Amino acid sequence: MKIGVCIKKVPDTETRIRIAPDGRQVSLEGVSFIISPYDEFAIEAALQLKEKAGQGEVVVIAVGDEDTGKVMRNALAMGADRAVLVTDPAVVEAEPYDVARILAAVARKEGVELLLFGKQGVGQDYQQVPTLTAELLGWPAAAVVVGLDVAGGELTATREIDGGEEVDRLSLPAVVSAQKGLNTPRYASLKGIMAAKKKTIETHALAALGLAPLAQRSWEVVRLEMPPARAAGRLIDGEPEAQVKQLVELLHTEAKVL
Amino acid sequence: MAQGFLVYVENRNGRIRKGSLEALATARRLADALGRTVDAVIVGDDAAAAQAARFGAHRLFRVAPADVFDARDGVVELLAGLVRQESPAWVVASATAAGKDCLPALAARFERSVIQDATEVAAEGGELLIKRPIYAGKAFEVVKPAGALAFLTLRPNVFPAAEAPAAATVVDHAAAVDPARVRTRVAEVRETAGGKVELTEAAIVVSGGRGIKAAEHYPLIEQLAAAFGGAAGASRAVVDAGWVAHHHQVGQTGKTVSPTLYVAVGISGAIQHLAGMSSSKYIVAINKDPDAPIFKVADYGIVGDLFQVVPLLIEAVRKLKA
Ligand SMILES: Cc1cc2nc3c(=O)[nH]c(=O)nc-3n(C[C@H](O)[C@H](O)[C@H](O)COP(=O)(O)OP(=O)(O)OC[C@H]3O[C@@H](n4cnc5c(N)ncnc54)[C@H](O)[C@@H]3O)c2cc1C
Ligand SMILES: Cc1cc2nc3c(=O)[nH]c(=O)nc-3n(C[C@H](O)[C@H](O)[C@H](O)COP(=O)(O)OP(=O)(O)OC[C@H]3O[C@@H](n4cnc5c(N)ncnc54)[C@H](O)[C@@H]3O)c2cc1C
Repeated sequence: MKIGVCIKKVPDTETRIRIAPDGRQVSLEGVSFIISPYDEFAIEAALQLKEKAGQGEVVVIAVGDEDTGKVMRNALAMGADRAVLVTDPAVVEAEPYDVARILAAVARKEGVELLLFGKQGVGQDYQQVPTLTAELLGWPAAAVVVGLDVAGGELTATREIDGGEEVDRLSLPAVVSAQKGLNTPRYASLKGIMAAKKKTIETHALAALGLAPLAQRSWEVVRLEMPPARAAGRLIDGEPEAQVKQLVELLHTEAKVL
Repeated sequence: MAQGFLVYVENRNGRIRKGSLEALATARRLADALGRTVDAVIVGDDAAAAQAARFGAHRLFRVAPADVFDARDGVVELLAGLVRQESPAWVVASATAAGKDCLPALAARFERSVIQDATEVAAEGGELLIKRPIYAGKAFEVVKPAGALAFLTLRPNVFPAAEAPAAATVVDHAAAVDPARVRTRVAEVRETAGGKVELTEAAIVVSGGRGIKAAEHYPLIEQLAAAFGGAAGASRAVVDAGWVAHHHQVGQTGKTVSPTLYVAVGISGAIQHLAGMSSSKYIVAINKDPDAPIFKVADYGIVGDLFQVVPLLIEAVRKLKA
């Protein structure tokens, strides 16, 4: 089975966010990039499915820039067979729908039977590229998946839903987005890292996929804001009994939550 | 009539999601400001429709569950039909698990992305200005929909739900869903919350961190949550240690909660944890380390040993509530 894994480059989660001088973008100068943490569960799932089947190919796919190519090497080092990067001046700051139609075009061109994603890209946190892509492909989809099995051309996915779990059955080809708990992503071995260095990142522009730039954007960014600073809180002193008494009093009379 | 809102009301086994009522009331507030109307749609019986009808829609389409094959793909198909029929300007849902899944599938059919997880929406100059957190709440972006049709989801627990002066007119709607478009089959649904308040909907959340030291102490957190009538959460350290299941995790790689009161017990306040709870109205921190970063965001802080403080607090809250 040929499995595609869509991965996104994101700033390290420790990154301090600053707003760029134009007030409409985040300044990512000097930031170090990683593969979005959820995407690592998707890569691991693909590698395990390939190992279990004893055959197949794992292709990592991204829409991005030069830095994206660098983080794709980490996926190759984990064991992915190939990397396909779509980069084009027309997709700078691409919105989710744009990313999805490009990923759908790559999935079709590659002829993948299963397309895996992370459940959300930490960063913009749009939580929609997997579902948008599935819809564009006309494939069944299961989002936020914590259990996955493929047998006899059918996929069984256990999804996390509010207050419970749902078991879905999907025929292939299908789209799945990975949630934490699906597996424990492996570390790249030294051998994997060396092998990844020799591989090429296959790079395409939009036109090579038969796509024109997106005609209509869904929104316009008006401005970015930093979160409002929380007013300095109050430390409650005293012995535990006195502290608890005062806290309950404050919750009752000041915060009015009790 | 000018184009208005279409709100998807989520009905889970006869219980309307609180976030959907918030979405209805928010759409109504905006519609009143803009001079537009609110249409809504619910899949369910008459009782569910009657309940939803009170919360702000002018017109409520009621659809029989069998019409949509009780499946997400069926709901998406239903909504797509209504969008074509009614040409709304804005399609709104609560950013619940189902909402965040349905709306992108719907938006894709109209070549749009979804403005997910909004925390503020204002009407200005005949348009909507929508604020949403990015980088896990480390910043916010304010966006303006472009084009004639926009899709947005609203973060649960952030917007008020209020009843409207008059109930909506309920219209029975026959959804013509093509069964061939229902591609994903739901084989089984398992409830894990066991009737407890869902974390993202709870007005009060009590979370435990590594300070609780062992799995056998997590019940202390659950008891405090129960005393408050709230839900129990956890930091990632507690989840990674296997003391509690992942669906309790609050933070960047867990759930985002915005309760009225968040109580952090034995949690240091790492940036990834704060990402999931810093929009709470009031924050209480209980930690033995006076320098723990959690105190920087807490409204009320108790420096002390949680094993002493929490049992006393459980007792005091129970007494006050009795
Ligand atoms: C040149 C360029 C610069 C960009 N700069 C930024 C930036 O500064 N900050 C930022 O947050 N985003 C940036 N993007 C990415 C783009 O804006 C987002 O990918 C897109 O908006 C989706 O956002 P998301 O990750 O929140 O989506 P989600 O729907 O939350 O992502 C879910 C999953 O979809 C997949 N996915 C998402 N995006 C991509 C992608 N680009 N390629 C492959 N798979 C993907 C991953 O599996 C991910 O886990 C840039 C893109 C390009 C092409
Ligand atoms: C990519 C990524 C994603 C992440 N996502 C999340 C996430 O979603 N959610 C999350 O929570 N974390 C997340 N983290 C982890 C985060 O960085 C922290 O490691 C984690 O939040 C720490 O959990 P903690 O506060 O329980 O533990 P610690 O940091 O170890 O803090 C324990 C606290 O308990 C206090 N304490 C100890 N004993 C007592 C006592 N007897 N009485 C009172 N106080 C006591 C200590 O003073 C200390 O402050 C993520 C990290 C990464 C890299």
